[in-house]
Amino acid sequence: MWLLLQGSLELGIIYAIMALGVFISFRTLNMPDLTVDSSFTFGAAFSAVLCVAGHPVLGLIIAFIAGCAAGSVTALLTTKLKIQPILSGILMMLGLYSINLKVMGNRANIPLSKALKVPTIFTPFADTAVEGYIALILSGAILLLILFVLYYFLRTKFGLVLRATGDNDKMVRASGVDTDFTTLVGLAISNGLVALSGAMIAQYQSFTDVSMGIGMVVIGLASVIIGEVVFGTRSLMNRLVAVVLGAILYRVIIAVALRLGMPPTDMKLVSAIIVAIALSLGIFRDKVISLTGRQAVMAGQKGGDNDAEN
Amino acid sequence: MLKIEGVTKIFNKGSVNEKVALKNIGLELGEGEFVTVIGGNGAGKSTLLNCISGVFGIDSGRILLDNKDISKEPEHKRSAFIGRVFQDPLMGTAFDMTIEENLAIAYARGKKRGLLPGIPKADQAFFRERAAILELGLENRMKEKVGRLSGGQRQALTLLMAAIVKPKLLLLDEHTAALDPSIAAKVLQLTDEVVKEHNLSTLMITHNMKAALDHGTRTIMMHEGKLIMDIQGEERSGKTVDWLVEQFSRKSGTALDNDRMLLG
Repeated sequence: MWLLLQGSLELGIIYAIMALGVFISFRTLNMPDLTVDSSFTFGAAFSAVLCVAGHPVLGLIIAFIAGCAAGSVTALLTTKLKIQPILSGILMMLGLYSINLKVMGNRANIPLSKALKVPTIFTPFADTAVEGYIALILSGAILLLILFVLYYFLRTKFGLVLRATGDNDKMVRASGVDTDFTTLVGLAISNGLVALSGAMIAQYQSFTDVSMGIGMVVIGLASVIIGEVVFGTRSLMNRLVAVVLGAILYRVIIAVALRLGMPPTDMKLVSAIIVAIALSLGIFRDKVISLTGRQAVMAGQKGGDNDAEN
Repeated sequence: MLKIEGVTKIFNKGSVNEKVALKNIGLELGEGEFVTVIGGNGAGKSTLLNCISGVFGIDSGRILLDNKDISKEPEHKRSAFIGRVFQDPLMGTAFDMTIEENLAIAYARGKKRGLLPGIPKADQAFFRERAAILELGLENRMKEKVGRLSGGQRQALTLLMAAIVKPKLLLLDEHTAALDPSIAAKVLQLTDEVVKEHNLSTLMITHNMKAALDHGTRTIMMHEGKLIMDIQGEERSGKTVDWLVEQFSRKSGTALDNDRMLLG
């Protein structure tokens, strides 16, 4: 049981980085960005190729930069060429698939197994006392670092307008800020994080496959929404931590389902159903509130709504 | 200050739905002048404001702000000098961010936005002080999300944000139209105070004829994309709503199409 939990925790932590990326596009820019499905693999591809060349750390860095570049292109399609955000993402998802194959040297997958002596960020700790926990420690440290940098960044002068862009882009322009630019930066960081997550998954699983990113955006959305529903959205720190915990919780749910005998091939269906349910939760909650008349109580719990009717 | 020269705006140019929204508009605004703008539906009032702020490009003419031609500048660049409050209370603020964060975004208008902390300690005190001016108790709710405020509170906050960095020009697009009468009066009173405090050049669209005469220093009337009346000083003082309504029918050749303009 512990092994099952540890595995979910490790995966959850690495996927949480991807979920934070999805949080930036989906929540702060209010734009579900489908580029994620391919930028995840984009990162994994660079990671794998550079590991094979003997540079696992450089692999993570290049993956992040590559993800930023992919996100920037999506942003330019949306803002400068006025292609709908969803379509821009779909176009990028499709186009990047071919590019991912090229990055991987026209192979559909790259194994990084120990037998092949390919170094990863985890291998220097093999045969040491912490070997069993190194994935947990290293990934956890990277996640914490990202969490704090993101928390600081989103509260800077630029971070504030980035967050306001998804809320009310008209107001942002009225404040003298080019929303095309905030969208560009937001999508770049978002996909950079997604690609970094893909790069880490590649090294963690010792395997990269060109189709490993399929459905990734849905998993990211599921993590964000589960996090919000279970852990709340009170403050910025609360929101970021909720996304991380949501990603971990999602992994635990999947692990338990697999343990209970769900065939692995059903996983994507289950992910889709979880997201559909989670996205519609708001409607159900409103129904429940109106049925039970608990509106005042709910508002009260959120704190001091007393003079909102002024 | 603001100089509008022969501005024409045509929507859907060249199509069957072509509509000339502004016809050769000329208007000059002096420093500290507070102009109220009235007119029926489709008169071009909002279009005029949107052309000045850069939401729409113009088809001919020029718009000068302090002798600088801004008619080719994008909206966000013009916003460095122009404060705006919209009709929809939802449009002026970011609902999922706190009062303090909204003020901080407005306070950086026209300045470079780098990676320094968005709300330094010193600014926090300043924002509280500014919010207290509204007398709505917002100064004690600085960390609350704007989404929790009422429409009137939001409009008051938006007004504060529009003037927190002194703009060269303040544009108010029926900013009290969506509010309850008592709150609308309060927001109008705040508008007067803010305009006077900073000696702001202001264009205020209103549907309320009485407000158009009671506020500001000058009133212009628009009809079908043209300026049909422009009064100030002697000519304007002591005039009644009835007089204004009569002027409207005479100059536009139509009766008022809208009860909304008489009420309130």
